[in-house]
Parts: sequence; C-alpha cells; structure tokens
Amino acid sequence: MIPEIDRRQFLSRSLAAIGVTWTSAQWPAVLAAAEYAHKAAASPTPEKFEFFTREEAQEVAAITSCIIPSDGSPGAREAGVVFFIDRALVTFSSDDQKTYREGLPGIQKRLKELFSTATTFSLATPDQQQAVLESLDEAGSKSPPRRPRANFVAGSTAQPLFEVIRAHTIAGFLIDPDSDRKGNRGGVGWSVIHRMPDHGFQPPFGYYDKEYAGWKPASTAKDGNAK
Amino acid sequence: MSKAVRKVMSTDRPKYKTSEVVDFVIVGSGAAGGVLAKELSTNGFSVVVLEQGPYLHESDFSHDEIKILYEDFLTNHPKLQPNTFRKTPQEKAKPQRALVYGRAVGGTSNHFTANFWRFHEIDFIERSKTGAIPGTTFSDWPITYGELEPYYAKVEWEVGVSGLAGASPFDPPRSKPYPMPPLPVKGSGVIFERAARKLGWNPFPAPMAILSQPRAGRSACVNCGFCLGFGCEVKAKSSSLVSMIPIAEKSGKCEIRPNSYVHKIELDERGRATGAIYFDQEKNIHLQKAKVVILSANGAETPRLLFLSSSSKFPNGLANSSGYVGKNLMFNTAAVSVAVMDEPLNDYKGFAVSRVLHDFYELDANKVGFYGGGGMDARYDMTPIGFAFGGLPPNSPRWGKDYKALLAHNFTRTFEIFGHGTSLPVMDNGFDIDPDVKDAWGLPALRLTYKDHPDDIKFAHWLADRSHELLDASGAKEKWTYPIGEQQFGVHLLGTCRMGSDPTTSVINADHQTHDVKNLFVCDGSSLVTSGRGQPTMTIMALAFRAADRIRTLAKRGDLNV
Repeated sequence: MIPEIDRRQFLSRSLAAIGVTWTSAQWPAVLAAAEYAHKAAASPTPEKFEFFTREEAQEVAAITSCIIPSDGSPGAREAGVVFFIDRALVTFSSDDQKTYREGLPGIQKRLKELFSTATTFSLATPDQQQAVLESLDEAGSKSPPRRPRANFVAGSTAQPLFEVIRAHTIAGFLIDPDSDRKGNRGGVGWSVIHRMPDHGFQPPFGYYDKEYAGWKPASTAKDGNAK
Repeated sequence: MSKAVRKVMSTDRPKYKTSEVVDFVIVGSGAAGGVLAKELSTNGFSVVVLEQGPYLHESDFSHDEIKILYEDFLTNHPKLQPNTFRKTPQEKAKPQRALVYGRAVGGTSNHFTANFWRFHEIDFIERSKTGAIPGTTFSDWPITYGELEPYYAKVEWEVGVSGLAGASPFDPPRSKPYPMPPLPVKGSGVIFERAARKLGWNPFPAPMAILSQPRAGRSACVNCGFCLGFGCEVKAKSSSLVSMIPIAEKSGKCEIRPNSYVHKIELDERGRATGAIYFDQEKNIHLQKAKVVILSANGAETPRLLFLSSSSKFPNGLANSSGYVGKNLMFNTAAVSVAVMDEPLNDYKGFAVSRVLHDFYELDANKVGFYGGGGMDARYDMTPIGFAFGGLPPNSPRWGKDYKALLAHNFTRTFEIFGHGTSLPVMDNGFDIDPDVKDAWGLPALRLTYKDHPDDIKFAHWLADRSHELLDASGAKEKWTYPIGEQQFGVHLLGTCRMGSDPTTSVINADHQTHDVKNLFVCDGSSLVTSGRGQPTMTIMALAFRAADRIRTLAKRGDLNV
C-alpha cells in the first residue's frame, strides 16, 4: 500500500536539486575547534559557561559539529549550539546534566578503543570522529518516523548521551533566534533550511500559490458522496 | 441598567469571596468554559471560573519551541501531572504520557489548529442509520443537527470563523453565511485542490477559527507560521481567551480565577452540589460556594474530578450511577501522509490548513468493509525543530552532512495530507484514576485505558490510501505515511461523560445536567456521544452556547435556585 522509499536514490536526487550551493568541502575539525576556542578566549567579554568546563565545552562543540557540520554553509558551530546546550543544562534540560558529565568520558573511551593513538574527540580527525559517533548511534536511521509532536512527548530522559546531544544540537540549531535560549545565533540555522527570519508574511507564500486564480466551485460537483 | 452604571461595572471586575454563594462556578476556562462564562455572566448571573493554569496574555506567548513543546508552557505538565496507560482493564497501567490539553486561561483553544467544520446531520443520528456495531456503545444523540445549528452560527459570528458558505456540496444546512471570507490559500492548498479535482473530489476553503479580517478589536492573521501548538500574539486565533473571556469580564459579573486546581465537588447531605474545592497557587485549599457547578475541565479531567468526588452516596464516582463516567473515550482516527514537491511551497508561512474535502464523510460500510467516515485536509503544522525531528522521510539520515542537506532541501518543499475521522465508542476505553501514581498535589493521576476498535484501524489505512491517491495525482515525487498503529495518546478527549436520554447509559441529559445531581452540569468534549469526523472544538463551543441557553431556561423556571 505504501511505497518504500529508496533512500539512496532520494538522497542523490535531493543533492542534485541543491546543485551549486552544495559543497563537499569539510572545514577541518581541528582547525575549527582551535578557532572556536581561540575566539571564545580572545573575546573581550568571554562567554562564560554555566555548566560545562572549558574542556567539556570543546568536546561537546566538536560533537555538535559532526551532527550539523559547517560544510560550506553554517553549522552547529556557527549557530553557537554549545552555548545553547550549556544553557539548556541549567534550565529546561537540567535532568540531563548527569548524562553529559558521565557520558563524555565514555565518548573519549570509545575514541581510544577505536583509535589508540587519538587524544581527544575534538582533536581527532573528521574520519575518526565520524567513526566514533557512528558506533554510538544505536538507532541509526532504522527507527520509524514519528510525528514531530510525538518526538517531544517522548522526552529525552534516560537516553544515551548521543541521542540527547543529537536532540540538543538540532534544537539549538533551529530554535527561534529571538528567544533567550542562546541558540541559532544570527538565525543561521533558519537560513540553512530557508526559513525566512520574519514572523509575519503575506501571500503568495511560494511557487504553487503564485498564480492561483482563486477558488471556484467545481463545474461538476458530484451528487452525493463518493464511495 | 444605565450606560453609566454599566461603564463603572465594566472596569470593576468582581472578586467574589469564596464564602459568597455565587450563581455558577465553572471548572475550566477553555472552549466550553469560556463560552459558558460569557453567556451566563452577560445574562446577569454571578460566575466564578476556576482554571488550573495561569492567566496568560498575548504578550506572554512566544515562538520558542522549547518553551512550548518541552516546557509545556501552555499545556499539562507530565512531571507535575503524570499519567499511566494500559491497553485493557485487566492490565496494570504503566507510567506514560497519555494526553495533552491546554492548561491556561483559554484552555486548548489557545493552541489548537483551529479547523472549524460543523458536524453534519448524520453525526447525530448515525446509530439509527447504521445499526448496532459489535463491541461498541454506538448511540444516537438526544439532540439533532437542527437543534444545534443556531449555535454553530453563534460560534462563527461571536467567536470568529473564516470560511465560505456553500463551498462544500456536503455541507449541512446553515442559517447564515460565515462572517468573514476564508483565509488565503497556501501552496499545500493549491496542490491539494488541483489533485482532488483531478480525482473528481470536492475540495473547498477550510473553515478556520482564525480571523481573515480585523474584527472586534482583534487583528487578522499575520501568517507568522507558529500556529498549531502556539498562542497567538495578535489575537487572530479565536480562542476563548480573546473572544469570550474579555466579554465575560466586562459584564462585571464574572471572575476568572487562575491557578485554581479543583479536586473535589462539595455536596450537601441531600446530595446537591454546594461548590468546588480547589488548591490555589500555594497549595492552600479553598471552597468556592455556588448554587450550580458546571464542569468544563475536558474529557479527561472532568471524569477524573467526578471520580475524585466519590462519597458514600456516590461510591463509584459522582454522577456515575450509569457507570459511564470516564468510559467510551474517542480520540478521532487520523492518518497523516507527507509529500515533498519539486519547488518550494514555503508552507511554514501562515496557519496550518487552507483546503479540506468531505467526500468521504459518509462511507458505505457494506462497500468498504468497516464503519467510518471523515475528511482530509492539506496542511503544514510543523515548526523548524519539530520538522527536523519528525518531518523527513523514513530511513533518512539522522545527523551529519546528508541530514543537514535533506533539512535544507525539504523544509520548504514538504506538506502533509491529514485524514481524520470517526472513532467508535468502546466501553472499556477511557480515563479513570490510577490506584498508585499521584500528581504533585498528592492526588491520584489520570489513567488511560485504550485499545482501538478494529474498524478505526481499518479506516485509518483506508484514509492513508486515499491520501496516496491524491498525492499520486499531485505529482509529488516523494511520499510516505506515518505508521498507523494502536493509539496510546490523545488530544481529542471525547465521549467520557456522554449525553443521553437514558440515565442508565449516559451521564448527562440533553440540557447537560447530570442525571444524578440536579445542580451539577457537564459541558466539554466529554459530552459528545459520537466523535464527529475529527474536528471537535467547533461542536464543543456550539454545545456550550446551547447549554447556556438551556441552563438559563431551567433557571427561569426556578429549577436551579439562581
């Protein structure tokens, strides 16, 4: 009844549709992490973390950057997602403090298991980082889709760190930039998904309603109900 | 009353003492409670509305998805108010969030989708037409569409509904046109309309409780894109909060008392209600005395309150001599299909729904093989974070560059076909109180028992098949349906204190008066006998307008001592 979707075919078509705006060039994670740490430290009013230590923040920032990479367009790093998560952990997501504090060493441990010469996640190579997170992503892409509200309803308590950090990263990337959550800085997340920054619009809204002539009764409205 | 006096009173909002015996105490300020408060107070009765949630205004609303969807800013809170769930009465229920409802002045009408179809004639007499359905308590209503019609018109004109009369060939008769033209069409609506017409179906502009034109000091919709789930900052969404409650307060006879969590209806030795006992914000307990008590606390909290008000006289729950309190819960069947188009619709702009069709409102059970009927709409009701969690096709990547690319491509190109319709009333399905789990006030938590009637599941699949036909005709390249399975969670909370003429198979009569307690009334989603076709709030509001008229008639006759 319901066609199965060929993901690879779909992806290739999607990527083709994006065309020239797409670039596979990865910002080297090491450089980005260093840049970020430098910027935070050099800022005239350095942003203080409310929950994370500087070291934890660096690791978390590197993980968020794998979840939503800065691959030619802004990613989690530019959106300041680590600051969003830090704020989240002392506000709406304080239940997850333990998950981060106890989970981060686990990620470090996994890195060492897979790559004995690696030092920290934030200093690992992009391939190493990818391999570590793939090994932690138990659900993979096999989990069935859920209505967006149902996702929220499920909550994020008692989930492994990877799931929590994934949810936090997405939320921190796409939160209303005018909110006080410290995420989606400069509205970069919305710009990536082509959501205009405004909070009011006039029709026509898009391609399909541009030349709509207005509603008219069907010339042959059916008599009685369709069965 | 002279104009001058009225003016003074309008600024002098009453604060009734709890010891003062007011005419009416209404529990809940949502779709039904707000209408009742307005109707009764403007007719000169003294009214206290006890609302468990806070009193918020448009300046308190925001587009912060965390606040709305994680922090339950407008809705019941799962930590303070845990629920439990089980499939059958034989099982022990497990802690699990079972429902969402509005918990603020205005109730669920603050954040609803605002789809405002009327029920049709068939909804009230379907049992007679269809015959009995095994495993159900399927029944006719004690009132007809004709009796409710004037009140549907009142909702459209007084609360504010945009739409186009006569646009659907299946619409029931109406006494008046809509007060405002439909909202603008969205890309999803255009695609839906063109595809449906190819199939010979009859799409029409969605009737929506959102203003398309400024009205009564409220703005027309500005198409902000944060609608379902969110409160409206410009008062365009026709909630009780902006349409009814200000009029009630201006009457000088109505006090809205927020942060007042009612947990017991007080009775005298004759078994008549004398008021409502509630916790204030500091958890101090009060009794608001009243001559008449009206419960409009929603289809879950109303039965819970009746169970919490058990006594030696009513050992199985107040007003529950029938055993029907909390039973026959209906959620409305739904099937949601999603499509991705080649070009951007930008359907994130605006309200959710602009086109609907009712071609399947009445299906012939002999032909389709199950009982059911419903409507379909074209919509986009996702906000950015919600979309990123649940709006991508099955088996999509969940993180990394491919995930990001998919978000970037699909967010503006996606829309949904929402099929919604009947649920059958099953006696074992419902809300009662959990024997073990307590809420933050130490009161027994809501327990949901629910297992879909097999016809509802068949109907959901049938709706999904029609959605796919429509999407095939639309030229959508990608399409899928969210998994259809047994429901364990609801937002439409219907039928749990049903209306009826027979006191052994219903909780309230056609006047919304409980069969067991003369001065106790129930009016909310729990009053519904059948589920309608998926959009209950319009009918809940129409019932509330009618209930207010009936209550006034009883009061005039001297039945209520007010």
